[in-house]
Amino acid sequence: MSEQINTIQALNWALDDAMAADTNVVLFGEELADGEGGGVMKVTAGLSTKYGARVRSTPISEMGFTGAAVGAAVAGLRPVIEIMLMNFVAVCMDQITNHAAKLRFMSGGQTHVPMVIRTMTGSGFQTAGQHSDFLEAWFCHTPGIKVVMPSNPADAYGLLRASIDDEDPVLFIEHFPSYWNPGEAPKRGVSIPLGKARRVQAGSDVTLIGYSRSMLDIPVVAKKLEAAGVSCEIIDLRTVSPLDMETILTSVKKTGRAVVVHEAVRSFGVGAEISARIHESLFRELKAPVERVASQDCPVPFAKQLETAFLYSHADIEAAVRRTLA
Amino acid sequence: MYVDPPDSATLLSIYRKMVQIKLNDDRIIAMMKAGKLQMPYYSARGQECIPAAISVLLTHADYLVTIYRGIHDMLAKGVPAKLIWAELAGRSTGACKGKGGPMHVTHPESGCMVTTGVVGAGMPIGCGLALAAQLRGESRVTMTNFGDGASNIGAFHESLNLASVWKLPVIFVCQNNRYAEHTSLAKGTSIERISDRARSYNIPGIHVDGNDPVAVYHAAKVAIGRARSGGGPTLIEAMTFRFNGHLIGDPGEYIPKAEYAAAVSADPYPKYREWLSSQGHASAAQLDAVEAEEAAALEAAVKFAFDSPLTDASEIKRDVFADAAA
Repeated sequence: MSEQINTIQALNWALDDAMAADTNVVLFGEELADGEGGGVMKVTAGLSTKYGARVRSTPISEMGFTGAAVGAAVAGLRPVIEIMLMNFVAVCMDQITNHAAKLRFMSGGQTHVPMVIRTMTGSGFQTAGQHSDFLEAWFCHTPGIKVVMPSNPADAYGLLRASIDDEDPVLFIEHFPSYWNPGEAPKRGVSIPLGKARRVQAGSDVTLIGYSRSMLDIPVVAKKLEAAGVSCEIIDLRTVSPLDMETILTSVKKTGRAVVVHEAVRSFGVGAEISARIHESLFRELKAPVERVASQDCPVPFAKQLETAFLYSHADIEAAVRRTLA
Repeated sequence: MYVDPPDSATLLSIYRKMVQIKLNDDRIIAMMKAGKLQMPYYSARGQECIPAAISVLLTHADYLVTIYRGIHDMLAKGVPAKLIWAELAGRSTGACKGKGGPMHVTHPESGCMVTTGVVGAGMPIGCGLALAAQLRGESRVTMTNFGDGASNIGAFHESLNLASVWKLPVIFVCQNNRYAEHTSLAKGTSIERISDRARSYNIPGIHVDGNDPVAVYHAAKVAIGRARSGGGPTLIEAMTFRFNGHLIGDPGEYIPKAEYAAAVSADPYPKYREWLSSQGHASAAQLDAVEAEEAAALEAAVKFAFDSPLTDASEIKRDVFADAAA
């Protein structure tokens, strides 16, 4: 068996290797330096000891330090900041959507903002309505920023390296409940290009499309369906915006059926966009309408049984696939 | 007023910038009234001596972050007038190719790094530009300009705190024109002097008559010297007034008539001219020559703009991301 590491280690490697490769890479965010614990989840552990002032703990000022990252990026640095939890992007949206995402365009290409915003989220730990949301659709709806959502340690490494090297702002969303899941170790120094989905498994009856959290669930359901004679093709988007429609359409053209699965709430979500684009391109070739599997349209609830009811289940994915086959 | 003036050449440089700003402002309004320019225009007429006096202490290497009411700041910093005019006219030769407009003029060559249309948002960005200079060991400073209204938004407070904690080489310049859109200072601000807010963040605050270029010059000199020598940030509050309301078309009914009349009669521009000649810093003929030269330069800038082609609609596809910018 190849070397196994978890996502925390993979992210730490990516940041370490990027900082070693380019002195313009700087990190800041709450509690990132070793004096404050090396990050709330230890993703940046050891880096301030190794790189000194290039790794900074900040006050609890998301608007302040996100804006500072915008300015530092305009001046030519490559800041990688950490917004401790994804819900906290709400207090610095102005800097992300009005500034980071727009300065290249509004300046006519004279300036650009090569920064990475790392953040993490996910339900499952009863963290309720302000500590669990997947809000990627807000940013996918904003031209000028890319949205990257890895599902395993090796992808986390390669995609973070590519995000740091990218010339534009990248929102890098990590699924923290699976931080400790082991996976194949990345090849250090190798980036995974942004905007390219990965076909995880070939199949012929239906295309299952996911990213981040849903890539933990889709293979499990696919395995069960395979046993029942349903051949599933699986696509991990890896980059959610811009979408790799070429990979999606090539697959759905072949299978004629598609199910999109994400933890974010259903309405106006990434699944809706993918579904619309598939219908626009392949309407006559589809054997069934594209299905969406997502969380319920409510805030993430606290009590365990409510949280479980909020999130889609494996049975929901299976039922969606069976509807496309009916 | 005018206590301890610098040498006559510096005084005349300040005057030249004031003339340039005033002539450009008059002309922009005239062109709008003639239907030749369509845009939201936030005139800074009345505030010109603040950037004029500060900018003689800066070089192109120093960074400027300004706001929607900022054309006076840009001109003083050295953004070529013809690029501003072409931008306002939506021309391909505009500073931002017509994609930013008056609220987002950018020109890194002269240090004009970011112009924001969101109240207060420039201050965190200014912190980041200053952080980049600090990390690289550069001596350049960052000026970040804003109005009195911006001192009530969170970004102001987060930025002053962050700049203080990190001892950033940034100067926060509050051009206090006594009205935040339509709300007077007394109604919207909990404190009489915004410069007193500096004390809460353990940084120096300077309150100065913004209609006295000599006083502004001295305040800026202290602040810039402190920033360049590693002494950290300063908050300057320069008291002034805007003669043309919040934006062109605003009848200013919320301003008491007596207050408005007093402000206009204290117009810093003719007063300074009178003082320069009465004190022998420049002859009337010299001042006339400055005005004639600036008027001719303005005509050339306007001609350049309107002789340039309109930006092609295909530009909307460019500069969203680097990939599509080639």
